[in-house]
Amino acid sequence: MQTQEIQKISSQVRRDILRMVHGCQSGHPGGSLGCTDLLVDLYFSTMNLKTDATGKVVFDMDGTNEDLFFLSNGHISPLIYSVLARRGYFPTAELATFRKIDTRLQGHPTPHEHLEGIRIASGSLGQGLSVAIGAAQAKKLNGDKSTVFCLMGDGEQNEGQVWEAAMYAPHHKVDNLIAFIDENGQQIDGPTEKVMSNRDLEAKYKAFGWNVMRMDGNNAEDIQNTLNKAKAELGKGSPIMIIMKTEMGAGVDFMMYSHKWHGVAPNDQQLQDALAQLEETLGDY
Amino acid sequence: MALFTYETKKDTRSGFGAGMEYLSQHNPKVVALCADLIGSMKLEGFIKNSSERFFQTGIAEANMIGISAGLTLGGFIPFATTFANFGTGRVYDQIRQSVAYSGKNVKICCSHAGLTLGEDGATHQILEDIGLMKMLPGMVVINPCDYNQTKAATIAIADYEGPVYLRFGRPVVPVFTPEDQKFEIGKALHLVEGTDVTILATGHLVWEAIQAAEALLDKGIKAEVINIHTIKPLDVQAILTSVKKTGCVVTAEEHQYNGGLGDSVAQYLAMNHPTPMEFVGVNDSFGESGKPAELMEKYGLNAEAIVAKAIKVMARK
Repeated sequence: MQTQEIQKISSQVRRDILRMVHGCQSGHPGGSLGCTDLLVDLYFSTMNLKTDATGKVVFDMDGTNEDLFFLSNGHISPLIYSVLARRGYFPTAELATFRKIDTRLQGHPTPHEHLEGIRIASGSLGQGLSVAIGAAQAKKLNGDKSTVFCLMGDGEQNEGQVWEAAMYAPHHKVDNLIAFIDENGQQIDGPTEKVMSNRDLEAKYKAFGWNVMRMDGNNAEDIQNTLNKAKAELGKGSPIMIIMKTEMGAGVDFMMYSHKWHGVAPNDQQLQDALAQLEETLGDY
Repeated sequence: MALFTYETKKDTRSGFGAGMEYLSQHNPKVVALCADLIGSMKLEGFIKNSSERFFQTGIAEANMIGISAGLTLGGFIPFATTFANFGTGRVYDQIRQSVAYSGKNVKICCSHAGLTLGEDGATHQILEDIGLMKMLPGMVVINPCDYNQTKAATIAIADYEGPVYLRFGRPVVPVFTPEDQKFEIGKALHLVEGTDVTILATGHLVWEAIQAAEALLDKGIKAEVINIHTIKPLDVQAILTSVKKTGCVVTAEEHQYNGGLGDSVAQYLAMNHPTPMEFVGVNDSFGESGKPAELMEKYGLNAEAIVAKAIKVMARK
């Protein structure tokens, strides 16, 4: 897919995120906006997804013979919900139910409500990489050649389980896995450098045995180039880690360069100001 | 008089190992994970037959639970194995989020539960694991009583779709249940018929309950002994039928009062058929180092303790 098309979809997804968070006056817009470009690329271009004869995506829990994505930093749920709906897993009208009573779009994603596209509960941080590794090993046991993707936050790197998984994947040669760290430099209590410094993530993952790459997570072209490079490295004995620099709140000027919008919803005026910066490309839900 | 006899004593964890060896040959979907305790978990047989379906995680239990959840995608049935303390309490949130709430078909199989691991002491003697696991919605909790029953339970849970906690232990205990038994999840087993007091026991305490019933019989008291190998779902019908007949009940388990079998039974009876009840278990304390039999005596978890509680509860009828 051309990067211009991806950017058009991303603009709509960003509108969805803002409207969803505004609609229930809760949720996490900052990280959702920051990771939009990656998820749109994955679901609309990079990932090989199961479809029916008409080309419509179909969901089954096992996900054999298709690429799988695991969102470990589950608080950016508005993003995954919007991307799944826009990709055709469930009706976009359902986005209006986000975080409201009886919804399948729970505050953090869960398969408990049988929402198409969600395979694991996440949001209790540090667990997604382990699950993704297990799914990748299941693919190997099944002789399934497809790829597993996983996104984590940089604040999430504080969790000990991440490093258990980081040690395990190279040891077991899980080389059908591409993981990402959203390096936006922010977490709830402030900049990661102040809260709990990650120091040199690239050196750390390299020392653990990962094939580490870097990219600009808000540049559609760089995302596509880096993912192509990463795919060429699959099956060579090492898991792949892409550290991607993003801006929290990317796409909305007053939400960028601060951790203020990590878990805060815009009010009516702020929503209007934000939407004015994002073209409605596919029609609001 | 002897109500039950046995020829050998074996550890329940070896029953688990035998069940896993059976599964390695009969169920190609079963995979096993272990956090650096292959020998203690008796997994050598499984690994010998199916090394490609075994995953060594190192001493990293949280990661092991997550990997297990991921392995279910693609149709595998992961058996995640370690000691009970590290397989439940240490990783409660991983089990809660990635297994139970996510509805994943993971079997958490843990040895060295309770006081009977002995000399290692309280750091390893978890007495809260039944409670932790039974609180999770949808989690099945099983604590079989001897080698044969543990083997049968291990084989049976592979055929059940959903998360299971299987708890067993280290010491050798009498093997008195049939070798060829079919294990039915949630189906309590009547071992001794009686009319004066119901004894509901689980795990290692089942044999002690039989010994208690023999001692009570010598005093002219007819105790009914039921093996509650499945704590969740609880066989409430079997319990209700028995206590309606006997009018009083003692529960016996190698676990805290809080959160254990006794508290499940008490909750059910309080709502449906209030009945005088006594508990054999650990009463809000940690364990300590010692020989298993010494610990069971010190903490009141043996046949003598069950006899005393039975006499006490009968007086409350």
